[in-house]
Amino acid sequence: MEIPVMVGAGLVVIGVGMGIGRIGGSAMEAIGRQPDAYGKIQTAMLIAAALVEGIGFAALFAV
Amino acid sequence: MEKLIGEFSLGLFFWQSLIFIGLFFLLKKFAWKPILDAVNERETSIKDALASAEAARNEMESLQSDNQRILKEARAEKETLLKEARITRSELINGAKEEAQMEAQKILAQAQEAIQNEKRAAVIELREQVGSIAMEIAEKVLQKELESNDKQLQLVEQLLKDTNLK
Amino acid sequence: MPTTLNKFYSVFLFTIALFSAPYTLEAKESEASGDLKTEIKEYISHHLQDAYDFSLFSYTNDSGEHVYIGIPLPVILWDNGLHVFSSSKLHHGEDVVQSGDYFYKLDHSKIYRTDAAGTINYDESHHATNVAPLDFSITKGVTSMLLIAILMFFLFKGLAKTYAANGGVPAGIGRFFEPIVLYIRDDIARPNIGEKKYGKYMSFLLTVFFFIWFLNMLGLTPLGVNVTGNIAVTFGLALLTFVITNFTGTKDYWLHIFDPLGSSMKWYAKIPLYIILIPIEVLGIFIKPFSLLIRLYANMQAGHIVLMSLIGLMFIFRSWLGSPLSFGLAFAISIIELLVALLQAYIFTMLSALYFGFAAEEHEHH
Repeated sequence: MEIPVMVGAGLVVIGVGMGIGRIGGSAMEAIGRQPDAYGKIQTAMLIAAALVEGIGFAALFAV
Repeated sequence: MEKLIGEFSLGLFFWQSLIFIGLFFLLKKFAWKPILDAVNERETSIKDALASAEAARNEMESLQSDNQRILKEARAEKETLLKEARITRSELINGAKEEAQMEAQKILAQAQEAIQNEKRAAVIELREQVGSIAMEIAEKVLQKELESNDKQLQLVEQLLKDTNLK
Repeated sequence: MPTTLNKFYSVFLFTIALFSAPYTLEAKESEASGDLKTEIKEYISHHLQDAYDFSLFSYTNDSGEHVYIGIPLPVILWDNGLHVFSSSKLHHGEDVVQSGDYFYKLDHSKIYRTDAAGTINYDESHHATNVAPLDFSITKGVTSMLLIAILMFFLFKGLAKTYAANGGVPAGIGRFFEPIVLYIRDDIARPNIGEKKYGKYMSFLLTVFFFIWFLNMLGLTPLGVNVTGNIAVTFGLALLTFVITNFTGTKDYWLHIFDPLGSSMKWYAKIPLYIILIPIEVLGIFIKPFSLLIRLYANMQAGHIVLMSLIGLMFIFRSWLGSPLSFGLAFAISIIELLVALLQAYIFTMLSALYFGFAAEEHEHH
């Protein structure tokens, strides 16, 4: 891999990491606020995280 | 991306699709359908059992409340019956008492009357007898006393003295 | 005081050992170590790809020959006619195989048509330029899938039988699998697809979940077959999700794609928006299953790379400290991979159910 491509891959990983981190953090907060809705929040969190991850993979494989 | 396309193997894809679709239809027919049907059946049967148990409990409860009501009514009836019996008893006793008292009084009065009558009759009889005895005695005394003149005179004298005309 | 000193010394020695061990080794036999590194790298990249035989292990004997222990599998090629021969004839790329009028040779885990001498020409980016025949071989991956399919068939057929025999109550291993089946029904299919329509997607969801999960688990056994980390397999699975989604799509689903704003605007106001919106929505149809296939592929691939690299580190360190350390790390990663195996199967099933839910939804127009 050439250097710019590597930097691009790194940026993608940073972005995706931040995105999934935020999703996870928000989900934790939401569960803390409403422990009863645990199942629904977890499902929504996984879906959102999976979508972000998917974009990340698409970008990684595109480079 | 090029790496991915380079790695793509048509043969593997072909076999994978074949195996997976075959597995899908086989499992659908022989496994998932019976399993899900059995689970559904079990769930409905559990639901039915729960519902029937609930119904039975409700019926039981209504029966119990019926019993309670009947018991209460019976108890109330018994109470009234007892009360009535008590009243009748006291009435009977009182009536009997009064009657007996009256009867006793009547008998007593009759007895008193009879005694009075006997007594009266006895007194009258006694009086007559005493009178006749006294007359007999007086006759005999008088006959004896007034046998001579002297004695008659003496007596007159005595009587006169005793009379003491003042 | 002595205890802190001891601690300090042990940490100090640990650090020294950690840094000095590889360097001293490299200083002593840098050439050998370099060879080892490339060998491990090649071994990993070879492992990640499909193979024509089911190799159990291989070693180098005293005379320097590679000895492979494993089960040869049939190679099936379509190259102007059917060519079938055993993979043992390929000798792991060392021999040329003649089948009919053509000669074949294995190069970097792929079969190419060659001349009788087995020459393979490369272009400048080191890709073989020889003709690659249509390859329908029963490879290691295909064998693993067949094994898993047979296992699943008998497992779940037996499970279904215990229901019939036991009056609707599972027995034995079914006690373990029934909650999973119910979880997929109650927590994946029902909430995402909806009470009315979930039934007809259940078979696919269950099959795909257990298929992926079992294949992932098979990849963690010492056999280490990397099936779900193969792009062709995940492509096949995602393609099925794509086909089912779009073939069971209701009118509302297509309306949502080609008329996302509905009657909330006048038709002439929608035109400029739709120039952007409709391509995005149409692209979304393809991106959804694409993200599915890439996610599964990348996760499983990455897991295998990390695990094998850590195991390879043991041979690179070859010190009393480094090898146990990398063993411990490999052990920890293996446990994480057990979780990932389940999680990826779950996410694939979950997202498939979600996409089916989009396709099956019927709602009042807004």
